[in-house]
Amino acid sequence: MSSLARSEMLSDIGPAHEPVLPGAQSYESISAKISGIVLEARPARWWLISFAACSALTLLFFGSIGYLFYKGVGIWGLNVPVVWAFDITNYVWWIAIAMSGTFISAALHLTRQPWGVSISRFAEAMTVFALAIAGMFPILHLGRPWFFYWLMPYPNVMSLWPQWRSPLVWDFFAILAYLLLSLMFWYLGLIPDFATLRDRARTRAKQVIYGLLALGWRGEARAWQRRQSAQLLLAGLAVPLVVSVHSVVGLDFSAGNTPGWHSTIFPPFFVAGAMFSGFAMAMTIAILLRRAFDLGNFITDRHLDNLAKLILAMGLVLAYSYVMEVFMAWYSADRYEIYTSLTRMRGPYAPVYWALMFCVIIVPQALWSRRVRRAPWLLFVISIVINIGMWLERFMLIVTSEYRDFLPSAWGMFYPTRWDWAILLGSIGFFGWLLLLFVRFVPVISMAEMRELLAHERGAS
Amino acid sequence: MNPTAGAYGLLAEFSSATALLDAARAARSAGFRQLEAYAPMPVEGLVEALGSPDKRLPRLALIGAVIGGVGTFALQWFSATAIYPINVGGRTPAWPGLIPSTFEMTILGAALAVFFGVLLRSRLPRLYHPIFNDAGFSAASSDRFFLCIEAADPQYDEPRTRDFLERLRPLRVNVIEA
Repeated sequence: MSSLARSEMLSDIGPAHEPVLPGAQSYESISAKISGIVLEARPARWWLISFAACSALTLLFFGSIGYLFYKGVGIWGLNVPVVWAFDITNYVWWIAIAMSGTFISAALHLTRQPWGVSISRFAEAMTVFALAIAGMFPILHLGRPWFFYWLMPYPNVMSLWPQWRSPLVWDFFAILAYLLLSLMFWYLGLIPDFATLRDRARTRAKQVIYGLLALGWRGEARAWQRRQSAQLLLAGLAVPLVVSVHSVVGLDFSAGNTPGWHSTIFPPFFVAGAMFSGFAMAMTIAILLRRAFDLGNFITDRHLDNLAKLILAMGLVLAYSYVMEVFMAWYSADRYEIYTSLTRMRGPYAPVYWALMFCVIIVPQALWSRRVRRAPWLLFVISIVINIGMWLERFMLIVTSEYRDFLPSAWGMFYPTRWDWAILLGSIGFFGWLLLLFVRFVPVISMAEMRELLAHERGAS
Repeated sequence: MNPTAGAYGLLAEFSSATALLDAARAARSAGFRQLEAYAPMPVEGLVEALGSPDKRLPRLALIGAVIGGVGTFALQWFSATAIYPINVGGRTPAWPGLIPSTFEMTILGAALAVFFGVLLRSRLPRLYHPIFNDAGFSAASSDRFFLCIEAADPQYDEPRTRDFLERLRPLRVNVIEA
């Protein structure tokens, strides 16, 4: 972004708005506060307790995966006709959470929203971790996971190539591109902060490790200018990529002719759902971080308020999609489509359907109220409810389209086993484990961009 | 032995971005060309004061995008028509089905070019640099601003350059060992 445009944007924060950086801040106080979280000698008690809990769940996760690889997918409750259940539900849920981190950061960067500065770092971290977890599930759900690399095109003695027109192959490329781009975007933002940690660290080990991670960053004028230019380019590339990645996830379903999946609304519908659950997860993490590290001066009520408005907007798009799905089923006059829609509402999985409608459509309507948007504990509860709802949504979408096959003789129910639950809970624990390591060893807010923001706020006043 | 023989340059420390910007402009108009400014964040106009901004990255992104996109399309096309023809459905070449992967790899190619472009053009990673020999330089990543006139500059002459820098009212001026 040109520096001129950036200053114009920042001068837009007139007196009518709350400042993005309240309280008396200086370059030194920003560095001291944010790097202090990382460089403090001993972790806090809450950190140790949550780390122990998440480590236990992480062990459960990898232990279950080990048993899965040993025994096979039969340890799960799935069987014909329900061959996709918790595995793919978890996959879509995690990848949706991953969608919005880089999107938030990139879109707020491109639209020059100064409030993006304090949330972009952990939102990007959320993306990288959730995407890494999401990427494991397609491999786990393969009956023979050791052949997963057959998705990759490479010259081999079998002279075999991927089926290029399969959405599953597109998915491989989409996740690969998104994971690498998110990592690069995140790391590019981190380099100057690693340099700050290198320079402020007291122990030799930290100096060496952060020194290596900083790659020898010195802060030359031209290096900053290149970094800004690169961030702008990567942000511009990330936004269409995000939309394409989750569209491809939608195509994984809609390319088949299964009633309930075979719908052109899926790609945009999946993108909206992904933004929605990802914003909710960003909200959850923002509130926890703010509370845990006393970051009220960086993640302000205004940040939460803005995130809540985004969640509300996405929730409305999603509500529209649900209505359209039912309408299109009726309008198609296809008896299987109509039947699938009706059994969702009245069949054995009806409680899931109505629970998700409550979590995803009714609950977010509370965000119309300014008082709710200003109450962090309420926002926290709402954001958790939304993500539970979004998990239920994927489960409903996947299982209720499969369990009533075309022929009644092929109908069957899905009931999760303890291994299904172990892998779901374990993956959540592993996500928490990665996040806890992140907040302990990496600055949770970009110090470089905070300084830039402060410089402009000073210049404007 | 002459103490300045192995000098990398003279480093002046400033307390604010505007002081650094003024100093960079003054040094540039005094005819110095081998200059570098160090700051804890991007400073508006600083690159222009020192010379011209680097405008190569968008071009690198384009090159990366073309390599990623054309390469991926060609890979799919030749593997599905020549190496292992799949003669089903819309028949090869059914090019629309090849577009999603091509699109993803176009973006990835551009992103890789930008990421490695920004590092290589800034000569990173480079863990050792003479500037780190200055004991107070660590503040450059926090709240101090530095201007370095390098010994490689044709006009560089230690006592006179030091006098010049002192007139810019820095917090301090220091010789950097090479």
